[in-house]
Amino acid sequence: MSVRRVMGAETEYGVLATGNAHANATVLSTQVVTTYAALVRRRLGASRATAGWDYHGETPLQDARGFAVPREQADPSQLTDVAPVLTAEEVAAEALRETGPHAESMDWRQVVMNTVLPNGARLYVDHSHPEYSSPEVTTPRDAVLWDAAGDRVALDAVRAIAASAPATGLDVVNLYKNNTDNKSVSYGAHENYLVPRSVPFDALAAGLLPFFASRQVVCGAGRVGLGDRGQRPGFQISQRADFFEREVGLETTVHRPIVNTRDEPHAERTRHRRLHVIIGDANLSHTSNLLKFGTTSLVLGLIEAGTAPDLALVDPVAALQAISHDPGLTTTVPLRDGRELTGVQLQRLYLEAARAHEQTTGGPDPETREVLELWAEVLDALETDPLSLADRLDWVAKHALLLGYRERDGLAWADPRLTLIDLQYADVRPEKGLYHRLVAAGRMRTLFGAEDLERAVGQPPADTRAWLRGRLVTRFPDDVLTANWDSVSLTLPGVRRGARIAMPEPLELTREDVDPLLSAAPDAEHLVRALAAARPALVHTGSLG
Amino acid sequence: MAQERIFGTGAQRREETELPEPGAPAPTAAQSQTSATSADDLLAEIDGVLESNAEEFVKGFVQKGGQ
Repeated sequence: MSVRRVMGAETEYGVLATGNAHANATVLSTQVVTTYAALVRRRLGASRATAGWDYHGETPLQDARGFAVPREQADPSQLTDVAPVLTAEEVAAEALRETGPHAESMDWRQVVMNTVLPNGARLYVDHSHPEYSSPEVTTPRDAVLWDAAGDRVALDAVRAIAASAPATGLDVVNLYKNNTDNKSVSYGAHENYLVPRSVPFDALAAGLLPFFASRQVVCGAGRVGLGDRGQRPGFQISQRADFFEREVGLETTVHRPIVNTRDEPHAERTRHRRLHVIIGDANLSHTSNLLKFGTTSLVLGLIEAGTAPDLALVDPVAALQAISHDPGLTTTVPLRDGRELTGVQLQRLYLEAARAHEQTTGGPDPETREVLELWAEVLDALETDPLSLADRLDWVAKHALLLGYRERDGLAWADPRLTLIDLQYADVRPEKGLYHRLVAAGRMRTLFGAEDLERAVGQPPADTRAWLRGRLVTRFPDDVLTANWDSVSLTLPGVRRGARIAMPEPLELTREDVDPLLSAAPDAEHLVRALAAARPALVHTGSLG
Repeated sequence: MAQERIFGTGAQRREETELPEPGAPAPTAAQSQTSATSADDLLAEIDGVLESNAEEFVKGFVQKGGQ
């Protein structure tokens, strides 16, 4: 067993037009995606339009329990397999209405709501938020790195919009890596993990429920206010806990379930399942994020091996919220076998099971050892001196800051300054974001520096198919027509109807597989021909001649 | 010294956890003073970057539904 598996992060950012309370969130999100896509085009020296998204392969209504929800019964927000309903013309009309003649100075023919980045990520308008979906990676560390790269993407977009605002007259937009506005709305920071389809979904759900109800003590982002509108004063561990209503289900925007059943493998369907996790908070802390991906991957390994601890909560949703509402960490939740355990104790049972499993399978690899040791260290500290983790965990860092303000200024939990600190912790700008201020002051440990993040913005992970996707976009920006997780389509002058490269296996078409072909190819057409010769089953062409 | 605990820097923390010299003297008043000052410095720095009208700003942060 190992923490290694194919995984990814999907972060929706909170979006705010500074000084325009009536701005349309979809237009602002479109500004973000369009602006960043233009930055990328300029960097790559591209002349044609940005590569779009290919919706083939999106199956948001397919349920992992073995059925599909009829379209007419689905909530409109579940129909993520079609392009957004807002057309470029509608966005332009909206902007024109809001900004008058200035909007003419923006090239609305270039409106982009969905694009693929040079690092293999997807940046798009998801409902009314910009979302960065990281490229596929194989380790928790890489998941942290390429998720944090998304924060750099968000920052670059914010900076570019601010710089061009005087000329365009469009709104100045800021982004927040958080999960709620404290006014009944929540937006997600999802994770995805590749799991063998042979593992029964019921086993996944049963094994994950107690784990997901409790892992927030390690990877919660902290929140001021209790209840979906923050109507009760106080501090809680998780941003998301109060927005969940069910144990298991298909929805992601209404009646949110702790275990989501969306069955959209984005890979060879008979072999793979892609577990879509919607319970998590967006993490800025590298340590919180490392433990989020690392421990979840380990627990999936336990479930796959049949060695997960035998735990069942009486009421997982109530437990999720009870644990979140007690930053003192002493609240216990009832199990069906009569035990009463704290969130930390539940996590410890998973840790012990993972350790025991490692002992019987020859010991952990280095990546797994790091996660196991860190997990143990953090759980120990949570039981003895939680505030000692203020330099590592998001919720503790935020809590410590808030306690400092309460002590110095005698502020009640309902004071708007505390809510502001909660919000501004997640501001993506280093000069304003309180997480970033803590890092700059040497009070928050990081796993990666600015140079690592810069590299991950421009380069895909080497060991998954994201390498081919990202390198194609980088090398041949004018030839990539559309892409998605498991295919890339190119238009080629010498090939009628172009070519489509299928990528059904996430661990194939890696740097090792394709760099010899990429470096030898003077243009996209040569690359496609070389790939077609090497992997004929994966390349579909109109007419290669 | 709650703030000292809350805002101890990484370096001070390592000193506390990795170098537990038996019989080491308790932190002097001067050291405690330094930590408290450093905690005050942090809050002062954050005062300087917080948006100016907290109530209005948090009221204006309105999002539409997401996943």
